[in-house]
Amino acid sequence: MAVLKTEQLTYVYSQGTPFEKTAIDHVNLEINEGEIIGIMGHTGSGKSTLIQHFNGLLKATSGKIYLDGKDIWADKSEIRSVRFKVGLVFQYPEYQIFEETVYKDIAFGCKNMGLDEAEIKRRVIETAYDIGLPEEILEKSPFELSGGQKRLVAIAGVMAMNPRVLILDEPSASLDPAGRDRIFDCIKAYHKKTKNTILIVSHSMEDIARFADRILVMNNAGVFCFDETEKVFSRAEEISKIGLDVPQITKVFLELKKYGLDFGKKVYTVEYAKELILKNLRERGIVC
Amino acid sequence: MLKDITIGQYFPMNSVIHRLDPRFKIVITLIFIVMLFTGESFICLGISAVYTLIAVLLSRIKFKMFMKSIKPLMPFLLITAVLNLLFMGDGEVYFHWKFIKITSDGINVSVFMIIRIVLLIMGSSLLTYTTSPITLTDAVERLLSPLKRFKFPVHELAMMMSIALRFIPTLIEETDKIISAQKARGAEIDTGSITNRAKNMVSILIPLFISAFRRADELATAMECRCYNGGEGRTRLRQLKSKLRDYTALSVTILFFVCVILLNIFI
Ligand SMILES: Nc1ncnc2c1ncn2[C@@H]1O[C@H](COP(=O)(O)OP(=O)(O)O)[C@@H](O)[C@H]1O
Ligand SMILES: [Mg+2]
Repeated sequence: MAVLKTEQLTYVYSQGTPFEKTAIDHVNLEINEGEIIGIMGHTGSGKSTLIQHFNGLLKATSGKIYLDGKDIWADKSEIRSVRFKVGLVFQYPEYQIFEETVYKDIAFGCKNMGLDEAEIKRRVIETAYDIGLPEEILEKSPFELSGGQKRLVAIAGVMAMNPRVLILDEPSASLDPAGRDRIFDCIKAYHKKTKNTILIVSHSMEDIARFADRILVMNNAGVFCFDETEKVFSRAEEISKIGLDVPQITKVFLELKKYGLDFGKKVYTVEYAKELILKNLRERGIVC
Repeated sequence: MLKDITIGQYFPMNSVIHRLDPRFKIVITLIFIVMLFTGESFICLGISAVYTLIAVLLSRIKFKMFMKSIKPLMPFLLITAVLNLLFMGDGEVYFHWKFIKITSDGINVSVFMIIRIVLLIMGSSLLTYTTSPITLTDAVERLLSPLKRFKFPVHELAMMMSIALRFIPTLIEETDKIISAQKARGAEIDTGSITNRAKNMVSILIPLFISAFRRADELATAMECRCYNGGEGRTRLRQLKSKLRDYTALSVTILFFVCVILLNIFI
């Protein structure tokens, strides 16, 4: 069964004022347990608005949203428990940090869940270890850390709550390539360990292509397409038309195809491209 | 949501009121406020109400927007009205219980005060709804410029004002985001017990202050990078020119004001 499902989800900002703006318009989605979903779309296409519906931070103007088949707004007083099941990491989450020590900040979510001290401690230490934060950092002030480390702390705070669905809004925005890789590696490791469902908004096609099972492409408040990674990137031209980009390596291979060099497969990652080329060369008897 | 706060907001449109010279608008608003507080009878209040209504209609801003700016002040309004109602002593007594007395004077005064404050809010909202913050501070600077002779830092004051106005929406947006982020971590902000809520305020205020200081710092650097060094020798992109309609508006306002004064004297 789908873990998250939306039905005709519509959200209008500042309804009834001159600033009225429909940010998402009749969105229907089904997300399965354990999937990794990549969400792409130009700025302002409604990605952030959409994901804030999944944990009930925004209430849809119209339409329904189901978690495990249950309407999350069926009982208003239960909305907080939805937030423990669907963890949301905002864009630039380092700006939400406020505690005196890294430990306390990671523990904030767990404490709100009402877990006991021992369990909180176990979770914080485990998450910090998994995400690669050295233990001595835990007693430091989070404001002494570097930008990339702060972001890891903020992400760890949500991961420690062990939500069944983890949503991250542009987790790698404005990080250097090393910081970006680090974040994506952490998320991947987290998925491997917990098998939780992950939704990740990102403009980094390379990263999304590398580990998303399915990709949701948003365009002008609606769903442009929602399909397996391979199928989405095979529509490279349409996607470029709505202002997005397919991975560079995919473009190279699409271009090669035009010159008659068809590898018969879709390529999104450099590693896979290397493998494919080497295999092809070997088949032709060229060894290098 | 915090977004719905409309005080200090500007609705870009193109009505007569929007096009008035901002300097005149400020002066007119001041006259209007004085008019409200000089009027001592319901008739005077009625005249002010008519005046407000005409201005609101001319601005073509929806009436709902004004209601929105009154709403946050409602509790304050009601409390003062109730206090007046219960403790005003004179006039015909309608109801008496221990030290509480409801009298005709009490009712009159509370109703009078509510109407007066509502009109005050509407009139001053009209100024900010129809004037962009930049023009507004520009106008303040111009109006105060005679004070420069007495070494009063007019330009600095106007600059501070425009920066503050500029950052109100930004900070509101920021606060909204931080609240959402902490709610996502399970913080109880608009639910739960009072003590819990108070504790969770810290989780909003600290990030908010940090970001406000960071922004201030960045802005100062950005201004210095563009060689900002105060008002000396700065010229303006927008020149303010007063037209016939500005004088007309001013005259009409003064006319209303004179009516109120005359009524005060003769009634
Ligand atoms: N708090 C808000 N108030 C009013 N409009 C908003 C708000 N947040 C976003 N919007 C508008 O809604 C649209 C979708 O925004 P968003 O969901 O943030 O897009 P994305 O995350 O894809 O960049 C944009 O046009 C944006 O201007
Ligand atoms: Mg966004």
